[in-house]
Amino acid sequence: MITPRYHREIPQRYRLEAGKCTACGEIHFPPRAVCRKCAGREMETIALPRRGKVLTHTTVWIPPAQFEEQKPYVNAVVELENGVKLTCMVCEAPPDEVTIGTEVELVFRRLQHGPAWEVIQYGYKARVIKA
Amino acid sequence: MHGIVGYGAYVPRFRIKAEQIANQWGADADAFKKGLLLEEKTVPGPDEDTITISVAAARDAVTRAGIDPQLIGACYIGSESHPYAVKPSGTVLIDALGIGPDCHVADFEFACKAGTEAMYVAYSHVKSGEMPYALGIGADTSQGAPGDALEYTASAGGSAFVMGSEGVVAEILHTYSFTSDTPDFWRREGEFYPRHAGRFTGEPAYFHHVLSSCQGILDRSGMKPEDFRYAVFHMPNGKFPLRAGKTMGFTKEQLEQGWVVNLMGNTYSGSSPTGLAACLDEAKPGDNILITSFGSGAGSDSFILRATDRLPEVQGLAPKVRDQLADRRIHLDYGKYVAYRGKIRMNEV
Repeated sequence: MITPRYHREIPQRYRLEAGKCTACGEIHFPPRAVCRKCAGREMETIALPRRGKVLTHTTVWIPPAQFEEQKPYVNAVVELENGVKLTCMVCEAPPDEVTIGTEVELVFRRLQHGPAWEVIQYGYKARVIKA
Repeated sequence: MHGIVGYGAYVPRFRIKAEQIANQWGADADAFKKGLLLEEKTVPGPDEDTITISVAAARDAVTRAGIDPQLIGACYIGSESHPYAVKPSGTVLIDALGIGPDCHVADFEFACKAGTEAMYVAYSHVKSGEMPYALGIGADTSQGAPGDALEYTASAGGSAFVMGSEGVVAEILHTYSFTSDTPDFWRREGEFYPRHAGRFTGEPAYFHHVLSSCQGILDRSGMKPEDFRYAVFHMPNGKFPLRAGKTMGFTKEQLEQGWVVNLMGNTYSGSSPTGLAACLDEAKPGDNILITSFGSGAGSDSFILRATDRLPEVQGLAPKVRDQLADRRIHLDYGKYVAYRGKIRMNEV
C-alpha cells in the first residue's frame, strides 16, 4: 500500500469511521460520497461498534508474501452489533477456534510491516472474545 | 486533587516457558527458574509491537477515565522498542484513539523506566493546570540475545495512565527521582540486541538507584513501609524486586499483588507500571501504593499514590491484569518464538 493511500484511509482503518447517510440512515463502510440506497450526498461521520460475530470465515494457508509470517491465519466476514459487515483477519486464533457465530472484538494491530524501508501499516483485526 | 483518572494494561496472549529456552541452549531450566523466580514470559504476536500494545492499554485507560479523548492535551509513550528509529509512536496512537490534533506528543526513552517518565511528565502537566488530562504510557516488546540470561525475561506488555484533576481514582501524593550515569545496560545505534555488564547490573545499578529512590520518597513524605497496602518495584526478574522490597522493610503481602514478573517476564518500560495497574485492580479507597521504577543507565522514579472512593467504580470497566495473565494463554515452542520475535533472517519481499 502506498503512503498517500494509507494516510487517506487512517480514519476508517484506525478508528472505524463510517459514513451515515443523513437522508436515509444507511451506513457505509468504508465511507463513500454517494449513498448506495438513496443517492444522497450528505454523510455524517460515525464510529462503528467494536464488537460483533463471525458470519463466515476461511483459513489462508498460502498467503500473499507480506503475510507469510502470519500463516496460517483466518479471514472472516464480521457482522458488527449495528449490522455493518466487514472483512478482516482474525488475529491470534488457531483456525479451529473460529466458527460461524464466534464473538469477536475489533482490535488495533499491525497489518503489514514489510521491508525495513517501508512505512509500517496499522489497522483493525478481529480478536476472539468467546471461543 | 491530581493523579490517575483512568488506567489500562495489556498482556499479549502468547507465552514461552523457561524450559523451552533452556532446552534450546542446553541450559538447566530449573536453575534458571529458581535463579530468576520466573516460570514463563509473554511474547508479542506477529502483528503486535509497542504501538499496538500502547493503543490497547490506552483504550482501556480512557474507558476507565470516562472522558472525551479530545480533552487529552498530551500523550507520551515510554519504550525502548519504538518500532521506528525515526517517526513517533505517539502519532499513531492519538489517531487510533481520536485524541488531538490539539495535543503535545513525544516518545520517551530511558531503558526500563521510560514508562514512569511518561507518567511523571503527564502528571506534571495536569498538576500545573496546563491541561485537563494527559496520557502517560509504558510499553515494550523487549529483546534478549539468544542464549543470554535476558532471553528468559525480556517480554512484552504495557500499561497506560490518564492523569487529571477531575474524577481521580488514585491521587498522586508524592514523586521523587534518583539518577546517575551508571552504564550497566545499553544498546548502541544499529545493534539488534542490548548488552549488559553482568553482575554490575545488580548492586551499583538496580539496588543503588531503587533503594535510594524509595528511601528518598519515604523521607520526603514522612511515611513508613507499614503505611502502605501495596509496593511495586521494577521487575527485571523475580528476585530483585522481592529483595529490594524486603531491604526497605516491606512484607511479602505488600509486594505480591504487583509482582507479576513470574508469569509475565520483564516488560521493561511496562514492568512497574503494570505492577501498579495490578494493584489498582484490587485496591480499596484509602489504600496507599508505592511504586519505584528502574531504568538502566541509570535512574529510578518513585510515586506514592492513594486510592480514592471512585476507584472501585472503574476497576471492572476493563480487563484486569491478573485475569489477562490467566486468560487463554497460547504457549509457543522455541521455533515459533524466534519467528514471532523476528530473530530469523528472511528474504525481503
